Amino acid sequence: MFKRIAFTVNGKAYNFEVDVRESLLDVLRSHLGFTGAKQGCGVGECGACSVLIDGVPTDTCIYLAVWADGKDIRTIEGVAEKNGELSDVQKAFVDEGAVQCGFCTPGLILTTTALKESGKDYTREELKRELSGHLCRCTGYQNILKAAEKSLEGHVCTCVDSPHYKGE
Amino acid sequence: MYDIKGYYDAETVSEATALLADNPNLKIIAGGTDMLIKMHGGQLEDVELLSLRKIKSLEKISIADNGTIVIGAMATFSMIFHNPILKDAAPILTEAAISMGGPQIRNIATIGGNVCNGATSADSASSLFALNAQLKLESKAGERVVPIREFYLGPGKVALNPGEILTEILIAPEDYKGFGGHYIKFAMREAMDIATLGVAVLCKVESVTFNEVRIGLGVAGPTPLRCLEAEEYAKGKEISSETLAEIGKLAVKSTKARTSWRASKEYREHLVEELTQRALKTAVVSAGGAEVV
Repeated sequence: MFKRIAFTVNGKAYNFEVDVRESLLDVLRSHLGFTGAKQGCGVGECGACSVLIDGVPTDTCIYLAVWADGKDIRTIEGVAEKNGELSDVQKAFVDEGAVQCGFCTPGLILTTTALKESGKDYTREELKRELSGHLCRCTGYQNILKAAEKSLEGHVCTCVDSPHYKGE
Repeated sequence: MYDIKGYYDAETVSEATALLADNPNLKIIAGGTDMLIKMHGGQLEDVELLSLRKIKSLEKISIADNGTIVIGAMATFSMIFHNPILKDAAPILTEAAISMGGPQIRNIATIGGNVCNGATSADSASSLFALNAQLKLESKAGERVVPIREFYLGPGKVALNPGEILTEILIAPEDYKGFGGHYIKFAMREAMDIATLGVAVLCKVESVTFNEVRIGLGVAGPTPLRCLEAEEYAKGKEISSETLAEIGKLAVKSTKARTSWRASKEYREHLVEELTQRALKTAVVSAGGAEVV
């Protein structure tokens, strides 16, 4: 069974028929060539397949392709400037050595980008919580957290708790 | 690829109930974070899906004129956590919402799906039990409202008749006004983990005594449950560590915990006794009582 859907990826419009059995990850990787989104666990636990759907971090392995109809999708391929210059978030990940094998990196950079673009302030605990849907098996998270804090400079609150979150 | 035989989108509730009446074999999909994983694992094969994702009216969280809180079944856990009405009126539900899965899962998983899945470990369940939530079920023939305690029948089994869709979760004013509460999820990790035990408590205090106590537990039996014996005992008792200790002991009596690879029956019972007391200590303070030492 096929369904016609229209959506944009990194600002470019697409309109074609997708198999209802496919995940958005299948479509992005196999049909459109956006291989920056990775297949990790396949069950929404590791975050390697995360992209931004209407600005919201979402695991595409458990997101049916037909659901992308009318959505605005952003993958890691759409984060850097057109001239190839890295975004501030990407630069922070490079500067802090937050990349090792690189499998988790696209997802983490997209989630961090969404946090930065939200313009909100985050405590360190909230930042950890917001990144907790991405598993990294190389770096031990310290450098990733440093990179995220650097990306959000001026928006990381060092107070113990904020009005909307209290750590247990 | 997922093992999907057919796929239908409904844009309104009446369209959904009509489709469901025509084809009772349709499986309802909401956020998909449980359904798609079951398909991935081969537990669900050859399914025909009815998606509710386009029914935007079911994402609304509002408060009716009579004070009843109305949560649309398609509200995601992120929506629930960030909702100012719920944060103010039912913090045990927003605390439960933020404990579920990870950010990407919360962005898509819905409270209606969480309830209809019928899992005792559903993170929203212990709070909804404590809040005496009512569930609005709609079908082509009409609608009915069922208390959540009558909805959970067994592991993965709920009282949803063929053709019915859960559309709204209702919380009456007498079930949240004047209560202080606290929610504790006990798990091995802080994110992306299934609860070993979920504890949601609510209480009303009158100077130094308990006016009312409610204890909702998840993973303490085949379905989420309430500790009615402990609740009855607490009524009118002085708020003291002795009373809390007795409440903790009585709470265990209402449970039917089992041993699984996550934890043994004995360990879960220990958690029930201890965490009920800890949750109540915090709840007493948020209900305006003095700290129990």
